[in-house]
Amino acid sequence: MQIARVVGTVVATHKHAKFEGAKLLLVQPITLDDQPRGTALLAVDSVGAGVHEKVLIVIEGRAAGEALGRKGAPVDAAIIGIIDEVDVQE
Amino acid sequence: MQLAKVLGDVVVSHKDANLSGITLLVLQPITADGSAIGRTLVAVDSVGAGRGETVFFVRGKEASFPFHPTEVPTDAGVVGIVDHWDLG
Repeated sequence: MQIARVVGTVVATHKHAKFEGAKLLLVQPITLDDQPRGTALLAVDSVGAGVHEKVLIVIEGRAAGEALGRKGAPVDAAIIGIIDEVDVQE
Repeated sequence: MQLAKVLGDVVVSHKDANLSGITLLVLQPITADGSAIGRTLVAVDSVGAGRGETVFFVRGKEASFPFHPTEVPTDAGVVGIVDHWDLG
Protein backbone atom coordinates (compact mmCIF):
# COMPACT_ATOMS: atom_id res chain seq x y z
CA MET A 1 0.00 0.00 0.00
CA GLN A 2 1.10 3.56 -0.56
CA ILE A 3 0.39 6.85 1.14
CA ALA A 4 -1.13 9.40 -1.23
CA ARG A 5 -2.86 12.75 -1.30
CA VAL A 6 -6.16 13.23 -3.14
CA VAL A 7 -5.58 15.97 -5.70
CA GLY A 8 -8.72 15.86 -7.81
CA THR A 9 -11.90 14.20 -8.94
CA VAL A 10 -12.54 12.53 -12.27
CA VAL A 11 -15.83 12.45 -14.16
CA ALA A 12 -16.24 9.90 -16.96
CA THR A 13 -19.68 9.41 -18.41
CA HIS A 14 -18.73 6.64 -20.80
CA LYS A 15 -17.00 3.83 -18.94
CA HIS A 16 -16.99 0.09 -18.38
CA ALA A 17 -20.22 -1.15 -16.75
CA LYS A 18 -18.35 -2.35 -13.65
CA PHE A 19 -17.48 1.27 -12.86
CA GLU A 20 -21.14 2.25 -12.63
CA GLY A 21 -21.64 4.36 -9.51
CA ALA A 22 -17.97 4.19 -8.54
CA LYS A 23 -16.21 7.40 -7.49
CA LEU A 24 -12.95 8.05 -9.29
CA LEU A 25 -10.32 10.26 -7.70
CA LEU A 26 -6.96 11.48 -8.86
CA VAL A 27 -4.32 10.67 -6.23
CA GLN A 28 -0.67 11.70 -5.96
CA PRO A 29 1.57 9.22 -4.11
CA ILE A 30 3.70 11.01 -1.48
CA THR A 31 6.73 10.24 0.65
CA LEU A 32 6.70 10.03 4.46
CA ASP A 33 7.64 13.74 4.55
CA ASP A 34 4.76 14.68 2.25
CA GLN A 35 6.65 15.19 -1.01
CA PRO A 36 5.11 14.02 -4.33
CA ARG A 37 6.59 10.75 -5.57
CA GLY A 38 5.99 9.48 -9.09
CA THR A 39 3.01 10.25 -11.26
CA ALA A 40 -0.54 10.84 -10.13
CA LEU A 41 -2.99 8.04 -10.83
CA LEU A 42 -6.70 7.29 -10.80
CA ALA A 43 -8.14 5.26 -7.96
CA VAL A 44 -11.67 4.14 -7.13
CA ASP A 45 -12.83 5.39 -3.76
CA SER A 46 -14.69 3.09 -1.39
CA VAL A 47 -14.36 5.11 1.81
CA GLY A 48 -15.69 8.57 0.94
CA ALA A 49 -12.37 10.44 0.66
CA GLY A 50 -12.20 14.04 -0.54
CA VAL A 51 -9.74 16.38 -2.19
CA HIS A 52 -6.69 17.31 -0.02
CA GLU A 53 -7.10 14.29 2.27
CA LYS A 54 -4.21 11.93 2.95
CA VAL A 55 -5.24 8.39 2.07
CA LEU A 56 -4.03 4.82 1.91
CA ILE A 57 -4.15 3.26 -1.55
CA VAL A 58 -3.66 -0.23 -2.93
CA ILE A 59 -2.12 -0.56 -6.37
CA GLU A 60 -3.03 -4.12 -7.24
CA GLY A 61 -5.91 -5.42 -9.31
CA ARG A 62 -7.71 -7.92 -7.14
CA ALA A 63 -7.31 -5.91 -3.94
CA ALA A 64 -8.76 -2.87 -5.72
CA GLY A 65 -11.67 -4.97 -7.01
CA GLU A 66 -12.37 -6.17 -3.47
CA ALA A 67 -12.38 -2.62 -2.18
CA LEU A 68 -14.89 -1.76 -4.87
CA GLY A 69 -16.91 -4.83 -3.91
CA ARG A 70 -17.04 -6.14 -7.46
CA LYS A 71 -15.19 -9.17 -8.72
CA GLY A 72 -13.76 -8.86 -12.18
CA ALA A 73 -13.82 -5.08 -12.29
CA PRO A 74 -11.13 -3.65 -14.60
CA VAL A 75 -9.43 -1.61 -11.87
CA ASP A 76 -5.88 -1.56 -10.56
CA ALA A 77 -5.97 1.04 -7.78
CA ALA A 78 -8.31 1.88 -4.89
CA ILE A 79 -8.46 4.13 -1.86
CA ILE A 80 -9.02 1.91 1.18
CA GLY A 81 -8.62 4.32 4.10
CA ILE A 82 -8.35 7.94 5.18
CA ILE A 83 -5.16 8.48 7.18
CA ASP A 84 -5.40 10.15 10.59
CA GLU A 85 -1.71 9.93 11.38
CA VAL A 86 1.55 8.34 10.23
CA ASP A 87 3.74 7.57 13.22
CA VAL A 88 7.34 6.78 12.26
CA GLN A 89 10.84 7.21 13.64
CA GLU A 90 13.66 6.76 11.18
CA MET B 1 9.46 -11.92 -0.40
CA GLN B 2 11.75 -9.19 0.78
CA LEU B 3 13.48 -8.00 3.93
CA ALA B 4 12.35 -4.72 5.51
CA LYS B 5 12.69 -2.61 8.60
CA VAL B 6 9.51 -1.50 10.40
CA LEU B 7 9.59 2.32 10.70
CA GLY B 8 6.26 2.78 12.42
CA ASP B 9 2.56 2.50 11.88
CA VAL B 10 -0.36 4.29 10.24
CA VAL B 11 -3.52 5.27 12.09
CA VAL B 12 -6.57 5.01 9.83
CA SER B 13 -9.89 5.17 11.63
CA HIS B 14 -12.05 5.54 8.53
CA LYS B 15 -11.27 2.56 6.31
CA ASP B 16 -12.53 -0.42 4.36
CA ALA B 17 -14.51 -2.68 6.71
CA ASN B 18 -12.31 -5.67 5.92
CA LEU B 19 -9.30 -3.84 7.38
CA SER B 20 -10.92 -3.64 10.83
CA GLY B 21 -8.60 -4.63 13.66
CA ILE B 22 -5.60 -5.04 11.37
CA THR B 23 -2.37 -3.18 12.15
CA LEU B 24 -0.86 -1.19 9.27
CA LEU B 25 2.93 -0.89 9.35
CA VAL B 26 5.25 1.48 7.50
CA LEU B 27 8.09 -0.54 5.99
CA GLN B 28 11.44 0.39 4.48
CA PRO B 29 12.73 -2.41 2.25
CA ILE B 30 16.40 -3.24 2.92
CA THR B 31 19.17 -5.01 1.06
CA ALA B 32 20.93 -8.17 2.24
CA ASP B 33 23.49 -5.97 4.02
CA GLY B 34 20.77 -4.08 5.85
CA SER B 35 20.81 -0.76 4.01
CA ALA B 36 17.61 0.94 2.85
CA ILE B 37 16.58 0.45 -0.76
CA GLY B 38 13.54 1.55 -2.71
CA ARG B 39 10.33 3.20 -1.62
CA THR B 40 8.75 2.94 1.76
CA LEU B 41 5.35 1.26 1.76
CA VAL B 42 2.47 0.36 4.06
CA ALA B 43 1.69 -3.30 4.78
CA VAL B 44 -0.84 -5.25 6.83
CA ASP B 45 0.61 -7.16 9.78
CA SER B 46 -0.27 -10.79 10.48
CA VAL B 47 2.54 -11.66 12.90
CA GLY B 48 2.57 -8.92 15.55
CA ALA B 49 5.62 -7.00 14.32
CA GLY B 50 6.54 -3.57 15.68
CA ARG B 51 8.76 -0.56 15.16
CA GLY B 52 12.47 -1.27 14.81
CA GLU B 53 12.05 -4.94 13.95
CA THR B 54 13.39 -6.57 10.82
CA VAL B 55 10.67 -8.45 9.00
CA PHE B 56 9.95 -10.11 5.71
CA PHE B 57 6.92 -9.26 3.66
CA VAL B 58 5.09 -10.45 0.59
CA ARG B 59 3.68 -8.32 -2.19
CA GLY B 60 0.48 -8.92 -4.14
CA LYS B 61 -2.84 -10.57 -3.50
CA GLU B 62 -1.08 -13.23 -1.42
CA ALA B 63 -0.65 -10.62 1.32
CA SER B 64 -4.33 -11.14 2.22
CA PHE B 65 -4.04 -14.95 2.63
CA PRO B 66 -3.21 -14.88 6.38
CA PHE B 67 -6.64 -13.33 6.97
CA HIS B 68 -8.59 -15.88 4.91
CA PRO B 69 -11.57 -16.07 4.51
CA THR B 70 -11.77 -12.30 5.04
CA GLU B 71 -11.02 -10.59 1.72
CA VAL B 72 -8.62 -7.94 2.97
CA PRO B 73 -7.93 -5.34 0.25
CA THR B 74 -4.15 -5.23 0.50
CA ASP B 75 -1.15 -5.49 -1.82
CA ALA B 76 1.55 -6.00 0.83
CA GLY B 77 1.75 -7.90 4.11
CA VAL B 78 4.30 -8.69 6.82
CA VAL B 79 4.46 -12.47 7.17
CA GLY B 80 7.51 -13.02 9.38
CA ILE B 81 9.80 -11.41 11.95
CA VAL B 82 13.48 -12.05 11.18
CA ASP B 83 15.69 -13.14 14.09
CA HIS B 84 18.89 -12.87 12.04
CA TRP B 85 20.23 -13.66 8.62
CA ASP B 86 23.64 -14.70 7.37
CA LEU B 87 25.40 -14.13 4.08
CA GLY B 88 27.47 -17.04 2.81
